[in-house]
Parts: sequence; C-alpha cells; structure tokens
Amino acid sequence: MLLDLAFLIPALPLLGFLVILVAGRRLGEPGAGWVATMAMGGSFAAAAAVFLGLLGEDADERRHVQTLWEWVPVGDFSVDIGFLVDPLSITMTLFITGVGALIHLYSIGYMHGDENFSKFFLYLNLFAFSMLMLVLGDNLLLTFLGWEGVGACSYFLISFWFTEEANATAGKKAFVTNRIGDWGFMVATFLIFVTIGSIEYVDIIGNAEGGLISESTATWITVLLLIGAAGKSAQFPLYLWLPDAMAGPTPVSALIHAATMVTSGIYLLTRVNPVLAEAASWSTDLIAWVGALTALFAATIAVAQNDIKKVLAYSTVSQLGYMFLAVGIGAYIAAIFHMITHAFFKALLFLGSGSVIHGMHHDQDMRHYGGLQKLMPITSATFIVGWLAIAGVPPFSGFWSKDEILAYAYDINPVLWVIGLLTALLTAFYMSRQVFMTFFGEYRYADVRPEEISEIWDNRVATAEAAVAEAKAGIGAAEEGVVKAQEKLDKAAEKLEQREAELAEVDESDDKAVDKATKNLEKAKDGVVKAQEAVDEVTVSVDAARAEVDTARAHVETVLAAAASAGDDLEGISDDDLPAAVKERREFHPHESPWQMTVPLILLSGAAVIAGVMNLPFSKDLHFLEKWLEPTLYGNKHKLGLSGGELWILAIVAVVIGAVGIAAAVAIYLQKRIPAERVELPILARGWRYDEAVSDFMGGPGRKGFDLVAWFDATIVDGIVNGTGRLVRTAGGGLRTLQTGLVRSYAALVAVGAVGLIAWFLVRTTF
Amino acid sequence: MILAELALTPPYYLVLSALMFAIGATGLLIRRNPLVMFMCVELMLNGVNISFVAFGADLNDVGGQISVFFVLVVAAVEVVVGLALVVAINRRRADATADDVSLLRG
Repeated sequence: MLLDLAFLIPALPLLGFLVILVAGRRLGEPGAGWVATMAMGGSFAAAAAVFLGLLGEDADERRHVQTLWEWVPVGDFSVDIGFLVDPLSITMTLFITGVGALIHLYSIGYMHGDENFSKFFLYLNLFAFSMLMLVLGDNLLLTFLGWEGVGACSYFLISFWFTEEANATAGKKAFVTNRIGDWGFMVATFLIFVTIGSIEYVDIIGNAEGGLISESTATWITVLLLIGAAGKSAQFPLYLWLPDAMAGPTPVSALIHAATMVTSGIYLLTRVNPVLAEAASWSTDLIAWVGALTALFAATIAVAQNDIKKVLAYSTVSQLGYMFLAVGIGAYIAAIFHMITHAFFKALLFLGSGSVIHGMHHDQDMRHYGGLQKLMPITSATFIVGWLAIAGVPPFSGFWSKDEILAYAYDINPVLWVIGLLTALLTAFYMSRQVFMTFFGEYRYADVRPEEISEIWDNRVATAEAAVAEAKAGIGAAEEGVVKAQEKLDKAAEKLEQREAELAEVDESDDKAVDKATKNLEKAKDGVVKAQEAVDEVTVSVDAARAEVDTARAHVETVLAAAASAGDDLEGISDDDLPAAVKERREFHPHESPWQMTVPLILLSGAAVIAGVMNLPFSKDLHFLEKWLEPTLYGNKHKLGLSGGELWILAIVAVVIGAVGIAAAVAIYLQKRIPAERVELPILARGWRYDEAVSDFMGGPGRKGFDLVAWFDATIVDGIVNGTGRLVRTAGGGLRTLQTGLVRSYAALVAVGAVGLIAWFLVRTTF
Repeated sequence: MILAELALTPPYYLVLSALMFAIGATGLLIRRNPLVMFMCVELMLNGVNISFVAFGADLNDVGGQISVFFVLVVAAVEVVVGLALVVAINRRRADATADDVSLLRG
C-alpha cells in the first residue's frame, strides 16, 4: 500500500546523513552533494507516492497513522515513533522535499570549492530529516524532536563559516532566541498532557472536537504555542534572529530560513486548529495582530536595507506575518496556500540572490550591483519572476495567495486588511527597489565607490599636510644654519682683532715681520667678508623656507577645496590614483552560475508562476487546495462571507496598491526623480533600533535580573542542596560518638532500649 | 496435700527465667572476659527458653517447645562464631579483655 511508504520520506534523508557521516570525506566534492541530493529526490518520490495513495482514498478517510515502534513507554503513558499521514502533512512534505531537492542540487554549484563541502551536505540532510519528522510526527514529542533538530541544524548552518566571529555570533543568537520559543512549545505540551493524558495529535484533535478541553485551557495552550511558533517563525518580538541568520550560506537561507523551517510555527498552529477553535477569541486575535504588525514592521525595515539578503530576510519575516494573520483569523487554507507559494518564490529569490552573490565575488551590497541583467540573463529572468510573484502581480502565484489572505482579513476586520494592504504596498516597493538596484540601471561594480573617493582625497590632504610639516622642519634647519654662520662670523671678527693687535705690536724696523703681519691681517679681513656673505646667504634661505611653508599651506587649502567640490565624483582623480581594488574590479567580469544552480532557478520560477492554480478563486470547482485540506480542518475554517463582486473590488485594490509600490520604486531608483534618502530613513536601516534596544536592555537592567536569578540559584537552590548534605554530615558527626567500639556499651544500649520498650508497652497497656 | 501446695505453677518458672535472664544480662554488662560474657549470653538464652517451655505447657501449645529448638540451634551457631572470635582474640593477645577490642570506634 502506497501510504505505508510514509516512513521512507524521513528515512531517506537520514540514510543520506549517515552515508555522508561515515564516508563524507571519501565522497568529497561533488560526490557527497549528489548523495544528499539523491536522498532528497528519493524522499520527494516517496512523498509523491504517498500523495497518490491519499488521493485514492475517500476525502473523509484521508488520515493514516503509521506506527513504527514504541519510543517512550512510561506506565500508562506511551509515545510512539509514528507518522501521521493526512492532507496537511503531505502538502507540507511535498514542498519541503521538492524545494529541498532543488536547493540541494543548487548547493552543489554554490558550495563548489568549499573545504567543508561534504559537511555542508551532512547538515543539510540532517536538517531535511528533522524537518520531515517535525511535519510527519504523529505526536507533539516527535514534532518537538524535529523542532529541536531543525533548530540545531539551523545553528550549525548559520555558523557554517564559523571562523568569522560575526557568523558564529549570529548562530548563537538564533539558537538562544529559539530557546524562548521552545519554552512555550514545551509548556504547551505539558499542559496538553496534563489535560488529556496524551500528546498524540489524533487524541488532541479528538478531545478538542469533543469539547473535552475547557476554554481557559485551550486559550493557554494557544498562547503558549503562539510563543513557540513566534520563536521558530521569527515573529515579533522574537524575529530578530532571522536577519542575522543570513550569515549562513545562501542555500541555507533559502531552505531553512525562507521555505521550510520558519513555516513550522504556522504548520503547528494549523495542525492543532481544533484547540484554537476552542480557545477564547482574544488569543486567536493575538495571533492575527502579532502577524499583521510583524508583517508591516518588517516590511518597513526591508525598505532601507542595502544587503541583498537582508532585504529578503526582512521580507520573509513580513510574509510569515501574513501567514500568522491568516491563521489568527481562521483562514488556515489561505495560510497554507501562501506558505506554499511563498516557499516557491522566496526560495527562488534567495537562490537568485545566491547566484548573484556567487557571480559577484561574495559582495552582498546592492549599491555595488546594477545592470546585471545582461551579465546574468537566467538569474535575472528568474529573479524577475520571483519579484512579480511576491509583489502581487497577477497572474503570478503570490497574487492569488496574498489576495486570499487579504480577502479574509477584510471580512473579519478591515483594520487588519488595511495593515495587510500597506504591507503589500511596501513589499512591492522594496522588492522593485531590489530588482532595480541589482539588475537594472548602470553596471556599477567597476565604479569607484564614494568611500574610495573620499579615501583618495583624505590621502591627498594628508600628503599636503605632511609637506607643510616638512617645510616647517626646513625653517628650523635654515635657522640653525644662520646661527652657525653667525658664530663663524664672530670668530672671524675675533681673528681680525687679534691680527690688528699683532700688527700694532710688531717691530716696525723688521720689514719681514711687518709684511707677514700685514698679510695675516688681509687674510683675516677676507675671512670676515666671506663669513658675512655666508650669513647673508643663509638668512635668505630662511626666508625661502618660510615662503615654502606658506605655499604648502595654500596647497592644503586647494586640496580641501577640490575635495569639497568633487564630492563623490571622479573630478580631479586620474586612473593612476585609484586603489588596487578598483583595478581588480575593472578586470572582473560577473558570470552566470553553473547549470546546477540555474536549473533549480528555472524550475522554481516555473512553480512560482503557476502555483496559484492550486486555489483559484473564480469557481468552487477550482478550489483544489481547499477541498484537499478541508478534512484536516474539521470545519474550523472561517467561511468567507463576501460576494463575488466584492472579491473583484478587493483584488483590483490589491493590484493597484502593488502597482503604486512598483511605480514609486521606478520613480526613485530607475528615473531618479526622487532622492532615495527620502525613503531610506536611517531609523529603518537600523531596524527601528529594536535590536539595539533589546541588547541594551539585556545588558543593563536585564542583566541585574539575571544576576538576581543567578544569586537565587547559587544561594537558595544550591543552599537547599548543600544544606541537606551539611545537615546529614553534622548529625552523623554527632552520632559517631555513640560508636565507641566497646561491645559492653552496645550491650548496655540494647538493654536500655529493651527496658524502654517494656516500659512503653507497660504504660500503654496499663493506661 | 503439701505437695499439691508446692506444685510448680507457671509463675515459679517465669521468676526463674527472669532471674536467669537478669543474671546473664548483668554478667554481660559488667564482666570483661570474652569467654565469661559469652557464657552470660548463653544464660540469657536459656532463661528465655525456660519461659518458652513454661508458657507452652501452660497454654498447652507445642509451639513453645518448637521455639526452644530454634533457640538452641541459633545458640549452637552463635557458639561456633563466638568461640572462633574468642580464639582469634586470644591468639593476638592472651590477656585481652572485651574492652581492648575497640578498633571500630567512630
């Protein structure tokens, strides 16, 4: 029977993991990559077989539990390794394995030349296994196993290039933030177990449907699961790990942080939808509002990011917010629909950005891109498909799924609808901005960048200032020369006086002596004249040096003025002045990626175009996904109360809003009629300072709280434990003295005891 | 009949038993010679045996006498172990008293 193949779905990636674990180094590149990809391909085939098996059943009987063995038997409580095969889990499984296989294939090209090539695929397969356990597990504990497994793999893969401090830190951040969510998941599991005595989904759903879970319990479970889901699916206030998770290799961002793992929160909430239906309405409203506000909040941040992957990361947070919104208002099918289309187009966008990054020497700054359309035709064409899908342009898939969420939001609460529309506007805008900055406009990579220009000018100013300092040193040297020349003049003058005195003393009758003295005197006079000339000469050189300083100072002024007038332009800079990096960039030619990378892009772009067919709104007959998933929702789905005409109007409004967003981006980034600074506000670039606020709080007042907890742990908790030990030791020390080693004293004690016992019995019987 | 008046009723046996037990216990507590202490223990055991037999006879229950057999067996075992100990102590120091053997004090 086809349904019994379900165990193969997670087993094949596990097998791939084990093979690479044992023989990864020997398989090397690209062997390990192919093993992993084939494992995923096989898993997809198994999922497709199970899907066909389910299709063969009647709609109401599409629920099959395959139990492999008993995992945790504890008294009456037992947890099985079992798989729950129903339309919801198989839908998830299909796109996880399908998109996963493509991303595995892509990674063979992307990770080419990495020294840890096989390790990457080891983690990737382990991740796929964990994710499939999460989805297929028939109880909360097995889901939790997968939940933690994907968390651990996410951590490994974010910090995959861990030799850089920032990457390692990003991994830790993701791990720690997820712990907060995991706490919610665990407490929810305990609460469910205490309430119904089982953690199997079949029992949870049965009890909730039978009204055996009280409203307050269901509310608490919902809120706790929301905390868990918000951690894993990066919703406010726990979203802040996802943008940092972009430190990992791009296929990881596509697989884990866009298509699969981050959707598990939505999957979990949808899985327990009967519990959500029992819960008080404020708790599901909370889910909707968390989602709506996260969607808008993250979209505003995405507008001002310059890192190509950061834009997509915030976009993912925003799109997940849409799905939470849908779950919160009971539009489960819309949530799953959007999850699937999002998996296609966001994986496509991430892989496309990876292809760009791969072709651009791992430069991720969009300001350096521009005009890549001609250089990377396949990447840009597929990326544009992804862009149109996420921007909500009909008939691309994103339009249908987003529109369905918006329609439900309008039906429930127009405020949510407005928030959703604003998000759609921003989405269209920031995605257009990304496409225009990357693929359109001038090819900017070889341009001299503003920071490089200012560096050149800084260097020039520094050189001019150094010349001033040198000239100043020249004055000093010249002045020293003057002093020395003056000294020589003084000496010559002394000599002259001496010779004059000699001449006066000479015996005038001695002609010879007179001649000699006269000659000496003449020599001394010449000496004085020469010394005087030397002094004059050096005095002139001092003036010259002073003049030189003035010239140098004037030059500094000129350079500064030139720098100011040049600004970011290349005015006054010749090619010889440019740093070596610019020359390297000029010789560099961005290239299209290898076929292992472009084939997944093409396949995913095909899926991103047509995925909307799954659930077209025109006629009831076209609601394939809705009919397919309906049995897993037990009638808890909100029924849309809008007429066909209203739906048309909503769709048109959504299209117009999307067009406005695209038009704004055209005006700013293509036609440059509006300066980009008007929208790329610094506060948005810094993510509303939320991240900083959290770290400031945790480092400041939060730190005191942690210290208090640490004190409580060290003093009270450890105190109780150590105190017990100390009490026993003290008591033992006291009793030790009784142990004298004297047999007769023991005998005496026994005797006293016997007498005591007798006395007690006597007293008891007598009175 | 004078004999009848002197008939040995259970209280006599019990008094004898108590006396033997008390003498044994006192001896055990005040004597230091291991061999003598040992004999005192035997005295205590046999004191108890007398009360077993007395009660057994009085209540017409054979259980009392069966208990005596058990006590005797235990006493025999005790003699085996105890005498071995006494011999071992004597081998190390001929004049050792029970108080000298106190190596196990806390």
